[in-house]
Amino acid sequence: MNMQTGMKLSVAETALCEAYDHAIGELPGDGAVLAARDVLISDFKDAGLPTRRVEAWHYTDLKALLRAVPAFDPAASAARFEPLVEGSTVLSVVNGVADGRGSVEGVTLRTFADALADGTAAGGLVARDSDDTIGRINGAFVRDGFVLDFPAGTELAAPVEIQTVQNAGQVHTRFPVTFGANARATIIERHAAAGDNAAFVTTISDISLAEGADITWVIFQGQGAADTHLGQIRITLGTDAKLRLYVINAGGKLVRQEIHVVVAGEGSDLILRGINLLGGETHTDVTFTVGHDVPNTTSTEVIRNVIFDRARGVFQGQIRVAPDAQKTDAKMSCNTLLLSDEADFSAKPELEIFADDVQCGHGATVIDIDHVQLFYLMARGIPENKARAMLVNAFVAEIVEELEDEPLVEALEGVIAGWLDKHA
Amino acid sequence: MLEIKNLHARIAEDGTEIIRGLNLSVKAGEVAAIMGPNGSGKSTLSYILSGREDYEVTEGDILYNGESILELDPSERAAKGIFLAFQYPVEIPGVATMQFLKVAMNEQRKARGEAELTTPDFMRRVKDAAAELKIAPEMLRRPLNVGFSGGEKKRAEILQMSLLEPKLCILDETDSGLDIDALKIVADGVNALRSPDRAVVVITHYQRLLDYIVPDTVHVLYKGQVIKSGDKTLAHELEANGYADIIGAAA
Repeated sequence: MNMQTGMKLSVAETALCEAYDHAIGELPGDGAVLAARDVLISDFKDAGLPTRRVEAWHYTDLKALLRAVPAFDPAASAARFEPLVEGSTVLSVVNGVADGRGSVEGVTLRTFADALADGTAAGGLVARDSDDTIGRINGAFVRDGFVLDFPAGTELAAPVEIQTVQNAGQVHTRFPVTFGANARATIIERHAAAGDNAAFVTTISDISLAEGADITWVIFQGQGAADTHLGQIRITLGTDAKLRLYVINAGGKLVRQEIHVVVAGEGSDLILRGINLLGGETHTDVTFTVGHDVPNTTSTEVIRNVIFDRARGVFQGQIRVAPDAQKTDAKMSCNTLLLSDEADFSAKPELEIFADDVQCGHGATVIDIDHVQLFYLMARGIPENKARAMLVNAFVAEIVEELEDEPLVEALEGVIAGWLDKHA
Repeated sequence: MLEIKNLHARIAEDGTEIIRGLNLSVKAGEVAAIMGPNGSGKSTLSYILSGREDYEVTEGDILYNGESILELDPSERAAKGIFLAFQYPVEIPGVATMQFLKVAMNEQRKARGEAELTTPDFMRRVKDAAAELKIAPEMLRRPLNVGFSGGEKKRAEILQMSLLEPKLCILDETDSGLDIDALKIVADGVNALRSPDRAVVVITHYQRLLDYIVPDTVHVLYKGQVIKSGDKTLAHELEANGYADIIGAAA
């Protein structure tokens, strides 16, 4: 493969290209899978990592921010965690390798390594578009994950926690999940580090909801302080499908979480809630696109950011409404609680509306602690530092409470309180 | 219990002087009513007593049990037993009412060197006090003051007051926005707290509340000063004749 003439590869780009040459012999899949991987790495070599000149990456100059990529580390050990919600069924990926012994009652499950090995995964190893750096890197390197099929009418009482844990090296996972008609389930996609060594993680979940499916999907990213986490979730919503998607970033050094939604079925409803808890010298980017392609659909997006220290945060939210998608109701808001003068947040809302009978809106606010609320709490005897912590917590807890699933609400409130205890 | 001496205070942001040489003393066991026309400084006085940052004291002093409280922040004043029932209780989405009550009660206990309440003890106290004030348990499950009606907010303030057992209670226009039934419930709650070791300062625009919380003393505030003091008959006089005569006499 030839590199584009004139482009100087960065250290990280070189490391990724070399890692591919070393790893490809070990990665599952041949034939169509191998061919798809070769296309992706070739495209990566041509395009390199995106810079701020690429519109979709304007606020996250990956070429500048990604200074190094650790080599694969097959010996890296990692521990498992207790599930976030007690009683969940845990599907475990340790150091990039899925535990094939996991099972969920009533759900068809296999490892993604098996799907790569028999070639059925080949069709999914494509980039979404020319700016899909995560799709390229993940598709080229993906080793394992889970393929889940929820048959029509499946109703799970307990959540399923897909838990990926690593301690170093590179991890590339993928989770294609289909929910049949009227399926009801709660999935917690959790990414965690077992130690402080720098890891490089990419992960893609590719989910579709058939007619009437009602799903809660939580992405909880709690990587280590030195980790790079590039996540993506691709979503297709069928007729009358309802998805509550909660994205919680509470870790990592360099993080990009992409959310791409195709609203393909009338009557469907997307509820996106994002919580970014940012501290230290970190960079966290949540990039969201939704395409309302059919009439009579709704989506609401609420992003809440709490930023300490010298952390930087980004939210890009794009709502597209197709010419036929009349009666679309889409509302997006991004609220930031900025708790340090050196912290920074960029919000870029984009509305592309081609239908005339729609309700779409967006708003972004940056606020400080409300002094009247602070006075009220203190006037009841709550000391200032504790009152401040309560208000920061309240700012994000407010949207967690919307879940109306008590064990899940308590677990997420625990995550938030734990993070704030360490950072506030 | 409370002694305000030649107090001058202004809005911190723009320097507007609101309190201009105010003198007032309230004894333990006393219920003092502070009345006055709009803009006389009634609410400002309540904020200054509870330590709100937006105002600065430029002259004079506030003594509470003989000690100046000017250097104490609002939480320290609260822990010493000063309680302000807000005219406009603040909505705090995301803070559960029960959690707030528990933290407030226990933080005050901690500051006074007392043991924290056990959960069953806390629950029992809240349940009893809420029943007295006819507060439905559903209300306590909501975030603090969020979605409460005007009357519910005022009752929630009195609930907090009875749970926190302050020594100096300041009621800022607690009657505003209340219908007569709610007014009676709130007044009963306040009267239940009357005791020889507790003082109550009732700030109000109208005589109506004082029919239910009968004051020992009445003070008329005008342009940041107490211009006349008397017993409860002064309130009736004001109701009948308005403020004009008294203001005229003081001028």
